[in-house]
Amino acid sequence: MAAKRHDWSWRSRATRGLIYQVLAVAAITAVIWFLAHNTLENMRVRGIQSGFGFFAQPAGFDIGESIFAFDSADPYWKAFLVGLSNTLRAAVVGIVLTTILGTLIGIGRLSRNFLVRNLCTAYVELFRNIPVLLQLLMWYFVLNEWLPPVSDALNPLPGIFLSKSGMAFPIPEWEHGHLVTIVGMALGIATAWFYRRRARAAFERTGVARPMLWPVLVFVAVGALLGWVAGGAPTALELPVRNDLNVSGGGAVTPEFLAVTIGLTIYTASFVAEIVRSGIQSVPWGQTEAAGALGLSRGQALKLVLLPQALRVIIPPLTNQYLNLTKNSSLAVAVGYPDLVSISNTTLNQTGRAVECITVIMAVYLTLSLVTAALMNWYNSRSAIKER
Amino acid sequence: MSEPIINFEKVSKWYGEFHVLRDIDLAVAKGERIVICGPSGSGKSTLIRCINALEEYQEGRLTVDGVEITDDVKAIEAVRKEVGMVFQQFNLFPHLTVLENLTLAPMWVGRVPKKEAEERAMTQLARVRIAEQAGKYPLQLSGGQQQRVAIARSLCMTPKIMLFDEPTSALDPEMIKEVLDVMIELAGMGITMLCVTHEMGFARSVADRVIFMDQGQIVEQNTPAEFFANPKSERTRDFLSKILSH
Amino acid sequence: MDAALHAPVIARPAPVRSAGLLAWLRANLFADWKNALATIIVVALITRWLPEIVDWAFVRSVTRPDNAACRALDHSGACWGVIAEKYRLILFGRYPFDEQWRPLLATLLMVVMLVASCTRVLWSRWLVVAWLAVLVVFFALMRGGIAGLTPVETARWGGVPLTMLLSTLSIAAAFPIAVLVALGRRSHLPAIRTLCIVYVELIRGVPLISVLFMASFMFPLFIPPGITVDVLVRVLVGITLFAAAYLAEVVRGGLQAIPKGQHEAAAAMGLSYWQTQRKIVLPQALRMVVPSIMNSFISTFKDTSLVTIVSLYDLTGSLALALGGDADWRQFYMEGYLFIAAIYWTFCFAMSRYSQWVERHLRVGNAR
Repeated sequence: MAAKRHDWSWRSRATRGLIYQVLAVAAITAVIWFLAHNTLENMRVRGIQSGFGFFAQPAGFDIGESIFAFDSADPYWKAFLVGLSNTLRAAVVGIVLTTILGTLIGIGRLSRNFLVRNLCTAYVELFRNIPVLLQLLMWYFVLNEWLPPVSDALNPLPGIFLSKSGMAFPIPEWEHGHLVTIVGMALGIATAWFYRRRARAAFERTGVARPMLWPVLVFVAVGALLGWVAGGAPTALELPVRNDLNVSGGGAVTPEFLAVTIGLTIYTASFVAEIVRSGIQSVPWGQTEAAGALGLSRGQALKLVLLPQALRVIIPPLTNQYLNLTKNSSLAVAVGYPDLVSISNTTLNQTGRAVECITVIMAVYLTLSLVTAALMNWYNSRSAIKER
Repeated sequence: MSEPIINFEKVSKWYGEFHVLRDIDLAVAKGERIVICGPSGSGKSTLIRCINALEEYQEGRLTVDGVEITDDVKAIEAVRKEVGMVFQQFNLFPHLTVLENLTLAPMWVGRVPKKEAEERAMTQLARVRIAEQAGKYPLQLSGGQQQRVAIARSLCMTPKIMLFDEPTSALDPEMIKEVLDVMIELAGMGITMLCVTHEMGFARSVADRVIFMDQGQIVEQNTPAEFFANPKSERTRDFLSKILSH
Repeated sequence: MDAALHAPVIARPAPVRSAGLLAWLRANLFADWKNALATIIVVALITRWLPEIVDWAFVRSVTRPDNAACRALDHSGACWGVIAEKYRLILFGRYPFDEQWRPLLATLLMVVMLVASCTRVLWSRWLVVAWLAVLVVFFALMRGGIAGLTPVETARWGGVPLTMLLSTLSIAAAFPIAVLVALGRRSHLPAIRTLCIVYVELIRGVPLISVLFMASFMFPLFIPPGITVDVLVRVLVGITLFAAAYLAEVVRGGLQAIPKGQHEAAAAMGLSYWQTQRKIVLPQALRMVVPSIMNSFISTFKDTSLVTIVSLYDLTGSLALALGGDADWRQFYMEGYLFIAAIYWTFCFAMSRYSQWVERHLRVGNAR
């Protein structure tokens, strides 16, 4: 291929392109310089220091809930870590619940049953059109005002207590036996994996299909059970116990956590339902007919033909919703749940280090988004339906 | 006449309030090749889709290969193993390769081991002259190639009856011939064939019987020679004059 | 086989089984045992809860602004009286009581313009002019200081007018930015393309609240010392930048759908880049993505509720203003929440229905 001849004249496209780019970069650089200059000026005038060194200083505030120990003498960076762990905690629980709820409602929207179909449509239309912040505030209000005080806590199920102070639930007391249970479960999973490989090979060799799902569940359950027995069958549960004044013992989650998780789940599930529904509907009806015409049963058609195609359409926007849920968890600051943004806000108000704190928040969320986008691109390129 | 392999007895079907099939009486003998033609909306596609229970009927009795088609799931599954169908829109599974499309049903429905299913698939692909595309994905092929793959896919289940629902209507003109050639070859093999099509040349060369349908009923049926030369009904004459004018 | 000519069969009405009420019930509610079970469960739940809800919300509710009557209810019925008492505070924020006809008029004007923008018949250059005129009138009405209207500072603006202002103005301002960024992303010049990609991915990767914090806390630092910018303007800039990034992706989708042949035909005719974009590409692209633009607007409308966190009293914030400090009425917060939720819902639902209608209409128009 011959090298491009550059004509370096005023009218050549290459020259013009270069000039535009130089101008654009120069303009952006000038703006950034202007902003940076002003920022430094302002900080000098107001006596604000800069630098990330303050992160090592003691925080001076307590955090309402945390999965690891924190007190006001711990440094700021640890406070931010607690905030991040709280964000991830709410996000993970929210993602799991919203996937389940959203899938059920999405499938319900396609139901033949008139009542189920319309109820699911009503759900989607209702929760989609109300701002998520308002929904969080309403849930927080319900949990805070309408639940009884802790001395009068509700006991809907044995061992579970609901009150203004949150929800208490039994957790197993950690013992050596639990470790053995986990090892047993891991062995069960390994056995199930080997079983599936052998079953698939046998199916291809002989044509007789072997059950794939039940044996896996059985292996994992039996493995866990054997491990549990071998570890001495630890049954000690730390049960929350209600005495006159409050409920103590057991695991607990605060009403803030409940408000954030429930609110985010119900809001995001309405979007997930739409994604699932349109994913299922995106598979042309002819595919179902062709599968039926070949003699495949409904279950086989679903597994071999419909789900693979539907999932390809569902998964990219679904991951986008997971990301939205994680970003929306930042609204926890409005209900007092100490997530990353909330703690950053407190730090900002205390130290005046606006630039540093906001940069940290944005960097964390940006990392989460970019990692998710990269994973999604990898999934898309791997599973794309190949065309001409 | 020996027992017909397909027998419609006063079969009627409604879509809501619309009477789409009206008292159809039709007996198809084993190995017979039938072409069904008629204006759009006449119910011809609905008729053949009743045979493999893709459509349900409300009145009458339909028997296919000795099995009566009802709501019974087992009966429908048994029938579908013996009846192959080729669709106007091909309906190949785009997420599977051509070979995987063909081996899917034999492996999962016919309980055939993978190796044997693949050999069978390659034989059928060679028969439709497309064996070299076995590793490609359907959307990488042309329309004519896709339809030939669809025919091969149905043949992999060794059906007794083959249904064709306007197989060439979605193809560009230059690809129609390659698909018709395959169908003509198939017709010489002794499989019972019911074909809904506008390709009258195909009807003339291959069909044992041509059926004309209009407004949900069979208006006229005859051998191809007689049908095209001496249409008995006014409506048949009208229809033929429209489609045979070029 | 004999040649056969069949006697014509006249159409009959469908047998009872396939049409009519009984058939509908069978198909829709009791198709199989799973469906029947679902129907029974749903009906049971409805008969259990619906009468209680109706009782609470309507039968036993108090609609007069009577605090004593509301307290007497003791939560057995809804106290809609709190709305009757506080609605002006909720709807208009801290705007002076006597002048509240001004935000009302301004909001109505805005709503009329929005509805007008949605009627395709009125899409023309004059619409843009009309919008500019209405915006000027809006600000004049709200701000005052001319035509004998008493001035009202922006800190007192709140409630519905503020929500409308924030959403409309930010989308309007975001639009040209989004178009430029979308074009920039598809540019052949690597520097410009990179800048646009960085902007879009940066903004889309972070939550809106962080952008609002940036607007609230960092923007004052960006401005030369001595100059102050109104918090409303800062928040508006933040929301605009945020909306522009998402809108840019929507526009980019439309641009990508324009076949290359359009660009080639325009180039062959001798049109310059900007002429091509203005006259050929953008009109088609934008028309195609109108439903997605509407969705962006609905999202921005919902997102304006976040400004409460940076202390602007939009519809969500004005509720806290109205009830938070008032010990008498504070326990009836839920009725307040339901009231503003209903307002948001009505607006968003209407817009989304309309956008679905537009989408269907466009598809029909494009089909051949």
